[in-house]
Order: sequence, then C-alpha cells, then structure tokens
Amino acid sequence: MKVSYFPGCTLKTKAKDLDAYARKCAEILGITLEEIENWQCCGGVFTTARDEIATKLSSVRALNDAKEKNQALVSVCSACHNVLKQTNYAMQTDEEFASRANNYMQLDEAYLGETQVLHYLELLRDVVGFDKVAEKVVNPLKGKKIAAYYGCLLLRPNSVMKMDDPENPTIIEDLIRALGAEAVIYPYRNECCGGYVALENPDSAKEKSLKVTNSAKNAEADIILTACPLCKYNLEKNGADIPVVYFTELMAEAFGIKEDCNA
Amino acid sequence: MQRIGVFVCWCGSNIAGTVDVQAVSEALKNEPGVVFSTNYQYMCSQAGQELIINSVKEHNLTGIVVCSCSPRMHEATFRKTAAAAGINPYMVEIANIREQCSWIHKDMEIGTEKAIILGKAAIAKVNLNAPLTPGESPVTKRALVIGGGIAGIQTALDIAEAGFPVDIVETKPTIGGKMAQIDKTFPTLDCAACILTPKMVDVAQNDKIRIFSYSEVEDVKGFVGNFDVKIKKKARYVKEDICTGCGVCTEKCPMKKVPNEFNLGMDNRRAIYIPFAQAVPKVATIDPNACNMLKSGKCGLCAKVCTAGAIDYTQKDEIIEEKYGAIVAATGFNPISMDKFDEYAYNQSKDVITSLEFERLTNAAGPTAGKLLRPSDGKHPHKIVFVQCVGSRCESCAEKGKEYCSKICCMYTAKHAMLTRDKYPDTEVYVFYIDVRTPGKAFDEFYRRAVEEYNVHYIKGMVGKISPEGDKLMVRGSDLLNNKQLTIDADLVVLAAAIEPDKSARPLATMLTASMDTNDFFTEAHPKLRPVESPTAGVFLSGACQGPKDIPETVSQASAAAAKVIGLLAKDKLTGNPCVAQANELMCNGCSSCEKVCPYGAITYVDKEFRMPNRTTAIRRVASVNPAVCQGCGACTVACPSGAMDLNGFLNKQIIAEVDAICK
Amino acid sequence: MRKEIENLQNEIIRISGVNPRKCMRCGKCSGTCPAYDEMEYHPHQFVSMVESGDIEPLLNSKSLYQCLTCFACVDRCPRGVEPAKLIEAVRLAAVRKQGQNHMTANDIPEKLDEDIPQQALVSALRKYSK
Repeated sequence: MKVSYFPGCTLKTKAKDLDAYARKCAEILGITLEEIENWQCCGGVFTTARDEIATKLSSVRALNDAKEKNQALVSVCSACHNVLKQTNYAMQTDEEFASRANNYMQLDEAYLGETQVLHYLELLRDVVGFDKVAEKVVNPLKGKKIAAYYGCLLLRPNSVMKMDDPENPTIIEDLIRALGAEAVIYPYRNECCGGYVALENPDSAKEKSLKVTNSAKNAEADIILTACPLCKYNLEKNGADIPVVYFTELMAEAFGIKEDCNA
Repeated sequence: MQRIGVFVCWCGSNIAGTVDVQAVSEALKNEPGVVFSTNYQYMCSQAGQELIINSVKEHNLTGIVVCSCSPRMHEATFRKTAAAAGINPYMVEIANIREQCSWIHKDMEIGTEKAIILGKAAIAKVNLNAPLTPGESPVTKRALVIGGGIAGIQTALDIAEAGFPVDIVETKPTIGGKMAQIDKTFPTLDCAACILTPKMVDVAQNDKIRIFSYSEVEDVKGFVGNFDVKIKKKARYVKEDICTGCGVCTEKCPMKKVPNEFNLGMDNRRAIYIPFAQAVPKVATIDPNACNMLKSGKCGLCAKVCTAGAIDYTQKDEIIEEKYGAIVAATGFNPISMDKFDEYAYNQSKDVITSLEFERLTNAAGPTAGKLLRPSDGKHPHKIVFVQCVGSRCESCAEKGKEYCSKICCMYTAKHAMLTRDKYPDTEVYVFYIDVRTPGKAFDEFYRRAVEEYNVHYIKGMVGKISPEGDKLMVRGSDLLNNKQLTIDADLVVLAAAIEPDKSARPLATMLTASMDTNDFFTEAHPKLRPVESPTAGVFLSGACQGPKDIPETVSQASAAAAKVIGLLAKDKLTGNPCVAQANELMCNGCSSCEKVCPYGAITYVDKEFRMPNRTTAIRRVASVNPAVCQGCGACTVACPSGAMDLNGFLNKQIIAEVDAICK
Repeated sequence: MRKEIENLQNEIIRISGVNPRKCMRCGKCSGTCPAYDEMEYHPHQFVSMVESGDIEPLLNSKSLYQCLTCFACVDRCPRGVEPAKLIEAVRLAAVRKQGQNHMTANDIPEKLDEDIPQQALVSALRKYSK
C-alpha cells in the first residue's frame, strides 16, 4: 500500500532519526511512504485566525498533491500533523477560507478537503492494525515501563483531530503493548511541554516540561515516548533524567532493525 | 348556507400590538357566509364569551370563527362557548393570529395582511363544517404505574387511597429507586430510609396495589381508558409467594464476587441476592449471568439451604396481560457516565467518585457501613473536593454532557459538605461552583449554614484538571473571585454528575406514543397548565422522567399525577374525539395502505357484500376504522391512493378550501 | 474612539470565530491553563474583556506571548467558547500593527542552542511576528 508522506522541516534536520525509523518500519509493515515532491514547511503551528490564508497554503498544496495521487497524507511529526489536519478541516468547513485559498492556488480543480490526513500512529492503528504490528516484533520489549507522552498537538483540538479520547487516550499505549512493553499511565501525558514558548520564556517551558517528566517518573516509567521533536527537545533540555525516545525508534528496536537505520 | 360570526381577539397587546384588529374584523365582514364580525380585547374572558353567545342569538349564527391564539390554547374554551350558545361545538374554527402571526412579525402592515388571510382560510373551512357528535367509550378502572421509585410509589399510594386498583411495574428486584440509595435528604437531613421504607411497606400491604418487580412493560395497545398492556415478569428463579426473605441463600451462595449494583459496584454481592435489607418485595433473586447452577448446572446450594423450598431453577419469563384505564410513567433518572470527562480522572483513580457513590459511602448500610473511607486504601480522607456541574450546562454541540441544569446537585453537594464537616471536623471541604442555585423552601438557608456554620470552603470557579499523584489527587482549578489558579492536594474528589432520564424511557415513550424532548425527558401536555399529563390522552408523568427534580418536587408531582388519574378513573364513560377517520367504502380498493401507516392499530379490513350492476352482488374487502382507537392523526388520509379515507373535521375538501382561500 | 474600539472588537470576533457571549463564567479555561502563572490576564479574562470592549490592556499585555496554544481551554470548555482562538486573534491584532513584531529573525541567533528543532523557530516566528 502506498501513501503520501509529509516529513516536515525538523525530520530533515534535527530529527532525521525519527524519519529514518518511520520509513524502515513502514517497509516492514508493507507500507510505502511516497514523499511529496517539493513539499514546504507547514509553519510549525496552525494559526487559528480565519483570515490567515497565505501561511496555510503550503499545507493546502501538500494536501492537494495527495489528492491528485488519490492517497492518504501521512506525517510523523505531531506539529505537521496538527497543521495539516486543521488546515484540511478549514478547507472542508470554512467556505470563505476555502474559496480564498483556492483563489491563490489556481488549481485545475478546487481543493475542498478531500484528502484523508493520517498521523503515522493512526496508520498503524486503523490501516495496518496493532495486531499486525505485534506480528512483526522480533525483539519484544519485555519488562520495559514506557510512558506515552501525547503533549497537546496530537489530540487537540479534539473536534478536528478526532484521533482518540483527548482526556484518556490509548493509541500510543496500545502500540507500546503491541511491541511487548508495559504502558504506564500518568496524568501529565496530555499536558503541554511548553512548546515554542521555550524561545520566548525558557523558564516557563522548563516548568511545564519538568511537570511532565516528574509525572512520568512518579508512575515509575523507564522511558518517555513521543512523536514530537519539540516535546523531545523541551523534556531533554529541561532535566529529563530518563530517556525520551521517538515512538518510531522504539518500533525499530522491537522489529530488530534499529542498527540498519543508523547505518 | 352558513351564517358565520367572526370574533377577532386583541389578546391585550399580544395581537393588537402587531395586528390592526379593527381592520381585520372589517375585512372579514364581506367574506362569503359571514353575517357578523367584531373585535374585542380578551375574547377568552367571561365578557368575551358572553359577546359570542349574545351574537349567536342575535344574528342566528350557525358557525363561529375566532381569530385568536393557538387552538392548543383555547379551542376547547370556545367550543364550550358555542355549546352554551346552542350550536354544535365543532362549528367553531380558530384562526391562529397570535403564535403564527403577531408574535413572529414586527411590521403592523404585514401582520394585519397575514391575519386577514388566516381569517379567510378559517371562514372557508367553517362554510364546509358539519356538526359532529363524539362517541363514548368505557373506562377500565385500574391504573398502571411504570417505575417503583419514590415517584411511582407516591402515585400508586394516592390512586389506591382513592379506591382504585394500581399495578407497579419495576425493572429491579425491589421498589425504592434512587431514594433507597440516598443517605440523608435535604434540607431537613431526615434519614432517607426512615421516611421511604414505611411508604414501601404501605405499598406492599395495600390490597389495592400489586407490585410486579423484576418486570418490564413489553407492549402497550389501546387508548385512554382502555389500554391493553403486556408485562414481562423476568424469571428470578425464586418462587415469590414462597420465599420468606430469610436471606440464608444469600449467605451460602459460593459466587461471592458479583459487583453489587445497589452500592454502585463498590462492593460485591452473591449470585443470589436481596438488594438491601428493607427490599419490597423481600424476595431473593438469582442473577442468571453469575449463577453457576444456571450457567453450567453445577451447584444448587441455594436450593439445598432453602427451608421454604422457594428456589426454582426452571422458572421461565412470564407474560402477564392486563387492561388499564390510565398509565403513569415514573421511570426516573440516572447519573451520566463520567467516561468523557476524564480530565477529572474518574477512570484513573478510585478516589474520584460521583455524588451517588458518596451517598453509598456515607450510608450505614453501604459498603463501608457508613464510615467515610477512601475506596482505594480504606483510609479516612482529610481533604475533600466537590466539583459541581460536571456534565451539566454543557453546550449541546460539545458532544459530551447535557445542556440543562441538573437542578439537584447544588443542594446535595451542600448536604454532603455539611454532613462531612459535622461528622468529621478534621476534614477540610472545598466546593467548586459556577453558580449556587437554591430555589426551594429553606434551601438557601441550608446552603448558607454549610458555609457559615460548618466552614465549607466555597470557591467560585471550575476545576480544569485532576492529576492523581501518589495517594493524593492534585485538583487544579480557578478561584475567580481571588483571580487565582489553585491546586488542592485532595484525598477524595466527588463529582456532581449531571443526571439523565433512564434508558428505558425512550422505548417506553414509543410504546405509549408519548412525546419526548431532545434529552429524552417526557414532554408534558402544557409546560405550565398541564405539567403532569402527556399530550397522549391517558398517559401521565411522575417524577424525574419529565425533568430533573428533587424529592419534595417529585412527590408533589407524583400526587398531582395521581389526582389526574383518579379524575379519569372516576368517570364511567369517556367522551371521544369525533375528529376521526372514516373510509368511503365505495371508493376503497382494499389495498391496506392505511392499515400499515396507522400508528394506533385503529384500522381493520372487513369483507362486505356490495350490490353490483345487473342485480348481482360481490364481496369486497374494505377498510373499517375503530373510532374509539383512532386518534385523528390523518396519516391514513395521506396514504390512501384512492382518496377513500377522510378525517372528520379535517375533510380533504375543507383543507383544499382553506388552501384556496389563502392562495386567492 | 468608541467606534474604533467597536471595530477592533468586531474584527477580533470575526477572525477568531469565537462568540464571547457563549461564556457562562465558569473559569474552567483558567483552571486548566498550564501557562496561568505566566499570564497577567488569564483565558477567562480575555473572553470577558473582549466582550466588554476592554481590549487595549490585552493588546499591550505580555500574556499574549505566554499562551502555549495547547488548546486545553478549547477542549475542556463546557460551552465551546474556544478562548485560545480569541487570544490568538488579539495577538494578531497586536503584531499586525506596523513595527509591532514581538520577535524577528534578528532575535533568533542569541536564542539558539545546537539541539533546538527548526519547528520551534518557525512556530515562534509565526506566533510572534507578521
């Protein structure tokens, strides 16, 4: 099965490993990630103002490329996924916004949110199936206590993301269990790490990140698992003394292909 | 030719504010058949009605058009006026120039024009009206009460008191409902069991009342005064008439780990159980999903220990058919699920509980024998946070929670807070509230006592997130009056969950053809003037199935519903509605379309002999309407392909005449 | 002057898509906000101050740049008010004024460390400048 793939800026630079593991694991699961040609940065955050058009066009372009190939659009980075899904939703539901965006785009056929936007995790759960993921595990991560960290962007706003219960999600925990490890539940798994405010007010980010780390440690986690490079940065930068790992890396480890990816 | 009088009502300024009533009565003077037209300030007043009666006599009127409010409001009033004036009540037509005209228009010119058109349509109809005479039907002098909580209990007791037999159908093994689970009642702090259980015993001992416990209504047919009801008595595998309620079986049963629904799953019961000590009927019930004997044929211990020989593993569900004159819905409420509110960590911590669970935790017959202990570790909590409005007052499109105020939470939370402080002065109590709503006799005084005498900390604001950390619950919320964000390290959190109608209400409403609102509360016939009647004749409403209610209000409404039932059952004959369907047998082709769409089962087909040309006869199958069952909905008249079905009082030609008058 | 405030208020309501009148003053947004301590005006105050036209203090407040846009207030609001969208609209009203960028590309180098992901930089610029 082929899907369109939007890697995003960070996966080409600081988070190359997140990308490499994602591609290798997809191969094993029989999914081909076709990178969108000439994709452009999503902008990192979705501007909720309805009159912001230009900043959302890179997403519209990527969404339309996937539509032309009749493929779902998959991303790994939580932020890209959030921007793509929110933009797509605006194209579906905000007529004025969609018509103005289409005026800029000058497409042969107007884009109206037809593309299905999937996070890599949703691809695993809804297309591949966690049972199939479990079948590919050669190196079960037995005995590891892993804390899924959702942060804010994966789940919210729920009316648009519709990925999981935003207050009691299970999608990453289910993946952790499929890989043979133990999932630990802790209250700060869906609270913000401080995000981009790290630049403006590093102390604020530090406080938010520490709360997350401490909450995971109180639940006796050995590892924190994330899908977002900025979450990983903030947690690590602000005193996380347990490893913060991308979910794709953990999968690669369980699939026994981690070394190949690094090579 | 009719001699029609037109009476235009001002309704004070309700109509006259937007409609030029003088112009309307003038304009309608010249319509065909009209011999008199006038207007008056309040046509429904005694003086207004006398005006109509005098005009009938003076002008020899045969038909009346009243241009006024909705017929739902005053059609009955003006029909009585017509009868008093000596003309057939069905020679009255109402032109609704209030709800459908003056209230929705702002412009006098437009409003007046529309009022005239509506008046013309009504006149066109009256020109084709014929006098109608309602039929009569007998009344079965027995009532059915569905639901055995305090609402159903009070209604049944009051009906029985008036001398009529009553049956209570209750899905649970015992009557008592939610009130049986409650510890104390506000604002007087009576022990709920002490005031409820005597009533339960009264029900059991009243020879006019039968209790069908562990039973469900399966089917309802018929109409006001003459309902045919099927009741399913579920097999409880215990002979009710033999069981003495001694309880030995419930102590010997080896299946000890069945979650006890009466204590909301906070402790366990056996597979054979009596829900609580004062249960009525005090009879054991075997849970077929838990009983080894019923599941695999291995055990039979309860039968061995039962000295009365009441256990019967072969018992089957039983259908009871009974006739009733009136039916009362008293299906009650439940707290909503907290699954979609996990920012409050209900699914993550045992020490986040609902208010009903708190009732059980403080009840002497509850899982902790009345000691306030945390479900997680059995320790006494020293800091308790109550959160109000959890799932109440939510925007409808939020997809979680309810739009309405659940009404009872402010008071029971004040009660919980006060009782906790009274019994455990070493425990700090915080209440997060949006508004404190206490409209009720001695209610606000009660809440103020909680604050002033018992030092309960009321915080205006909502909790945003609860994080279980170690053996504490970190409660983060707003303190709006101090402009602060607080974090309280609580030992126990109590959520005032919104309440919703019981799930059985919706299918029951379908069986009763009773209407419901979007929240599945039963709709009343009139929100102010007929609050305990359903719009469906013969169906009455008692308690929280009609809307959130506390106990005093429920009991008032329960007695009110009983009064209405008694009024109905006291009659020997009921006057029916003459506006029923009839089939023109010559045009009927026997296709059964009408029979299929009739929601009341009022249409049957009969074979009838018809004279044919050449002096022959033929047997043809034709529709026949039972006028006592027909509710006059008109579905059949629309479904009939040959135009054989017609509705008296709303004949096809009358409707067409109205449309013509409007389109002219 | 009153006209000006009204225009600004209408503009903020229009581009945010938020109807502040839906707020029932429960304070759950501020009860859940992780950046509460960094903010001088809190989410519920943004809602009530925009509604009453008291927008000037918000435009000049550092609170605009402390909101994490984590949408906790949006998801947890019982009335569907979406305070974060309102804060974003006020922030845009501030930074769209000429010379009012809160952060520019020139400010970035001194904030860098070698691990910081690109994502943080583009997000901050998108939030803080026009």
